[in-house]
Amino acid sequence: MNLLSRYAECIFWMARYMERAENLARILDVHETFARDTRGATNWFSIVQLNADEKDFFSRHDRPTAEAVIHYYMFDPQNRNSLLSMLRMARENARTLRPWISTEMWTQINVFHNKLLEMSVKDVAAQNLSKVCTWIKEECQTHTGITEGTFYRDQGWYFYQMGKYIERADQTTRLLDIKYHTLLPSPLDVGSTLDVSQWTTVLRCTAGYHAFRRVYPRGMSPTTVAGFMLFNEGFPRSVVMCVRQIDGVLTRIRSRYDLRGGSAAMERVDELLAALLSRPIDAVLRDGLHEYLDWIQLQLSVVTTEIAQAFFGVQPPLAVQSQSQ
Amino acid sequence: MSVPEGKPSDLLSSYNPGLYFDELFGAMDLPAEHTALIRQRLAALDFDELRRRAQDAERELYNLGITFIVYSDKDAVDRILPFDIIPRVISAPEWKHLEAGVTQRVAALNLFLHDIYHDQKILKDGVIPRDLVEGNHNFRPQMIGLDVPFNTYIHIMGTDLVRDRHGTFRVLEDNGRVPSGVSYVVENRHMMQRVFPDLMQDIGIRPVDNYGHKLLDAMVEIAPVDDPQVVLLSPGTYNSAYFEHIFLAREMGVPLVEGRDLVVDNDRVFMKTTNGLAPVHSIYRRLDDAFLDPKAFNPDSLLGVPGILEAYRKGNVALANAIGTGVADDKAVYCYVPRMIKYYLDQDPIIPNVDTRICREADALQYTLDNLADLVVKPVGEAGGYGITIGPRASKAELEDCRAKLLADPSNYISQPVVDLSVCPTVCDDAIEPRHVDLRPFAITGKSTWVLPGGLSRVALKKGTLIVNSSQGGGSKDTWVLEGGAA
Repeated sequence: MNLLSRYAECIFWMARYMERAENLARILDVHETFARDTRGATNWFSIVQLNADEKDFFSRHDRPTAEAVIHYYMFDPQNRNSLLSMLRMARENARTLRPWISTEMWTQINVFHNKLLEMSVKDVAAQNLSKVCTWIKEECQTHTGITEGTFYRDQGWYFYQMGKYIERADQTTRLLDIKYHTLLPSPLDVGSTLDVSQWTTVLRCTAGYHAFRRVYPRGMSPTTVAGFMLFNEGFPRSVVMCVRQIDGVLTRIRSRYDLRGGSAAMERVDELLAALLSRPIDAVLRDGLHEYLDWIQLQLSVVTTEIAQAFFGVQPPLAVQSQSQ
Repeated sequence: MSVPEGKPSDLLSSYNPGLYFDELFGAMDLPAEHTALIRQRLAALDFDELRRRAQDAERELYNLGITFIVYSDKDAVDRILPFDIIPRVISAPEWKHLEAGVTQRVAALNLFLHDIYHDQKILKDGVIPRDLVEGNHNFRPQMIGLDVPFNTYIHIMGTDLVRDRHGTFRVLEDNGRVPSGVSYVVENRHMMQRVFPDLMQDIGIRPVDNYGHKLLDAMVEIAPVDDPQVVLLSPGTYNSAYFEHIFLAREMGVPLVEGRDLVVDNDRVFMKTTNGLAPVHSIYRRLDDAFLDPKAFNPDSLLGVPGILEAYRKGNVALANAIGTGVADDKAVYCYVPRMIKYYLDQDPIIPNVDTRICREADALQYTLDNLADLVVKPVGEAGGYGITIGPRASKAELEDCRAKLLADPSNYISQPVVDLSVCPTVCDDAIEPRHVDLRPFAITGKSTWVLPGGLSRVALKKGTLIVNSSQGGGSKDTWVLEGGAA
């Protein structure tokens, strides 16, 4: 059965937006925890920095108060990085895909979106934020479960996986980057109680804390945590794990459906994986974690562009440089 | 079969359809035997319980996204078509009559379309005025001389029926271009099965859920190759009927494509897939002629596929409905359908038109002028709904204005009596009340014609109004065609 290019693209982005929404909920959740620390409300600004939303944010808000930032990332329809916008995009894609996806997948996204639409800022006044974030995480996980259990396994399934793992790898790098933005590296802090508790929070919000403990029963250091989140071969949100998935999915879809395109994307992913596997975490930290995370994000965006050109009918930019999504 | 009537205090005891024909009770002098068990079950229900079930149903329609889109200034809002949970019931003999009538009408209209795009005998014989056909803006000269498979032009037909005070079904309108609403027929049934299984039990209702299979069969029959690639061509997610396009694509198991997914190369149609271009052979298009091919019709259309008309003319791709069917569902041409049936089939119409007078004919003009205050006068021209004079509601000045126009240009007008649409018990705010309904059965024609047993029953939810359109507060009901034999 043929798959329309447009559908492949919608599936890819539906998966990305759902994964992105889950991760934003995780990030907001972490921020609330950070905000409760001694450093107070200043921490809310880092999430704006993290998404490079400063210009847009300050065009509508004077100060990055907890309330302003929460509203901006939960409900602001003009902010395309808000949960509401992501859900709207996921739903728009799902709506287009209704002939292709299961009714249960569509209905869950539709109801999820409609519930979020009915919610108000009051519902997420700071003390409830964690609860709301948990609800969003659970809805996203319900989506994942319904998809696993009902989505017909043909080409569409592979594009779904591609989108999901590219987004997840990207989000893990961003989550890790919070640490950088929240606590500008200060040698004095390293190893302090505060430092350890914040690394713990990063792990907890990716649901990686217990797994980490099992791998490193003694001691928690930036090296071990960052290494775990980037390179661990068993942690489902580690960058290496995600890139291996992308690699496998691309290989399988091309051979199973005899797809002619995609060799450039394949090469990119192979290169990325090789680079990830060849660099020890000590070297990464020495040369700058933030820069390294940026580089990974860039590679993932190039892979996305290659996939779009190979399968979605997106034309490669010629003379004019065009910004892809 | 004898069923005891409900207690005097029951839910239907104060129900009064007045002078109208009632779909559940029948006429006063013609009690509807076939609905006795349904009435008995309804009567035994508690009103709050009924309301609760109705609310559950509407909630579920919203969650399932069985919606149409309403555009305001900036926002696109999803609305459900309001759903009433009291069904409209059609007996087996009634249905047999309707089925035969719809089939006959489809046959006549297809013969008519073949004729006007070939020999034009009906025009030469003067049965239908030539200017009405060739001057019609939906007449497509590109179709002249073109043969289509099985001489079928209208593959999907929606016939709007109303029922008068005497219980006689009449055709109000033919929809032979892109009729919509069939998705609600099937989804309403699913909804009833979820919220009202106890009402349906053992009634013997003919199923409606094989519509998609029948449609696909027809799309395959008319395709130029064996084992064709069928697609549904939609204007896209912003179209208000997008849900129906999704529904039909799913039921047929074919891709839902938009114009931008298709290309024509060397007079063949292809769709863009993840593995390059793949051929397309049969297209159920939910796009009007005018938007179909910017090369041939409206050059501004971004929804269509440039070059598709030529591919169609070469016989490389099938289109349903065919191009140029709009001339057959025109208001003026409608008046001539009974004569068309006589002309092509040598039969009398099984389902009559609403009594319509064609004012270009002297007798009809005189009758119309004599009874102006009781009639609806409609211009046959292009704009639907524009320039209608409803006699009973018009002022003296308006009637005189209408008279002047009729005399100046009689051939631009038809006249009809005001039809008293039948009513059906409907769940309203405080009680079950009568509301007016119509019926749109759907017929699929490839090699032969199949009529979906049922149809869309639209209901005017506002008290007293006869307008059933969804844009004007109309809703819909499940339509039950009962199985034959003793119930």
